[in-house]
Amino acid sequence: MSSEVSDSVIEVTGLSRSFKKNVALRDITLSVKPGQVFGLVGENGAGKTTLIRHLLGAYMAKTGTVRVFGLDPVANPVSVLARIGYLSEDRDLPLWMKVRELMAYTQAFYPDWDPTYAEDLRNRFGLPLDAKIKQLSRGEKAKAGLLMALAHRPELLLLDEPSSGLDPVARKDILGEVIRSVAEEGRTVIFSSHLLDEVERVSDHIALIHDGVVALDMPMDGLKDSHHRIVVRFSEGRASFPDMVGLLHAEGSDKEWRILCTGSREDVHGLLQEMGGQLIETMVPTLDEIFLARVKGIQLNGAGAHHES
Amino acid sequence: MLHFNLSQSDGVPLYLQLIQQIKHFIATGRLTAEDELPPVRVLAQQLVVNPQTVVRAYRELEMAGLIYKRRGAGTYVSAQGTPYTEAECRRLLSERANALLVEARSLGFDLDSTIALVQECSAELDRLKEGTE
Repeated sequence: MSSEVSDSVIEVTGLSRSFKKNVALRDITLSVKPGQVFGLVGENGAGKTTLIRHLLGAYMAKTGTVRVFGLDPVANPVSVLARIGYLSEDRDLPLWMKVRELMAYTQAFYPDWDPTYAEDLRNRFGLPLDAKIKQLSRGEKAKAGLLMALAHRPELLLLDEPSSGLDPVARKDILGEVIRSVAEEGRTVIFSSHLLDEVERVSDHIALIHDGVVALDMPMDGLKDSHHRIVVRFSEGRASFPDMVGLLHAEGSDKEWRILCTGSREDVHGLLQEMGGQLIETMVPTLDEIFLARVKGIQLNGAGAHHES
Repeated sequence: MLHFNLSQSDGVPLYLQLIQQIKHFIATGRLTAEDELPPVRVLAQQLVVNPQTVVRAYRELEMAGLIYKRRGAGTYVSAQGTPYTEAECRRLLSERANALLVEARSLGFDLDSTIALVQECSAELDRLKEGTE
């Protein structure tokens, strides 16, 4: 594991975090490779923002370690933050400034600020230089925030719910610009969102945080290849679905059941046929279906884990 | 500009949808030999998908011999004919035929009445086609 540290942009190991008595993160271990677009998904309050704040050095790891570019962001804030572009969920922009002033102000923090690129972005986003931030629409504020995060061409882009609360047009502009920066510069991106459709489009790797735990961490292609939604029919009615390796969720009654399970397609089909099931249909599930099944599974299996901490 | 329609309601991986739609464009003549496909980053931006999704689709179409790369000069449709082999065509049509038969049986149509219905529909299509030409 430690030999891989050098080629990861981010390496989080055994990170736990509590606020008073609330456990926000439990034993999180994640690694992000250069050029990955890493989708971080989970419900609001699952711990995504807490994790991102650890990456920025805003929280200190008391249990576990956090490394960004191989450095501890709490001990090396200047060198780590200079290489990160960050768009926070609530944007955090100084509302009294004009766009022009905000650009000059942000530029002062970043030696690598690229004024030409910043101007390109401003034009593509249609942000007037003399507009006050306060007067910008929600979508324009998000675009201004993304401009400030991108214009120093950071190695790592941290986007916390970048399109939350935006209309479809503004969302497409924001995500399109992120795609452009990935396609043209191979930038590493962490992309947190609760909108699974857009995570599926934009990310090539996905991690599901649920209740402070990493419930799933795999490449997008692997996720789709290894999960199956199957309708199966038995010749005689059953009161419940039989125990089966890889079963995440089953619904139905009597003879016909619809299940979501993991494993190779051949293995899963073999198991079902052994128990006398007739395969009616095998489909690739949507991300929504996979995550719902995973989350329900955790709630059933992990009921006891909540009491210890 | 090619118009793709990526759906996320039924779980089919996005790169597979891209492959199927490009094959369909070739089969129906919307893309013909030596037409240039959009560069990866352009299509990725247009569709708002991860560039690797487009890379994977292009790679698999290239392995199937449907498209080819000119070094440093883009991706083009190959000169070969239909993107579907005869076996693939049979498989595609069998799927539709199976769906039709299942539906017909559950509605109480026997094979002969189903075939008669298909013939009626075919004649109706011919009539419509004559009308438009």
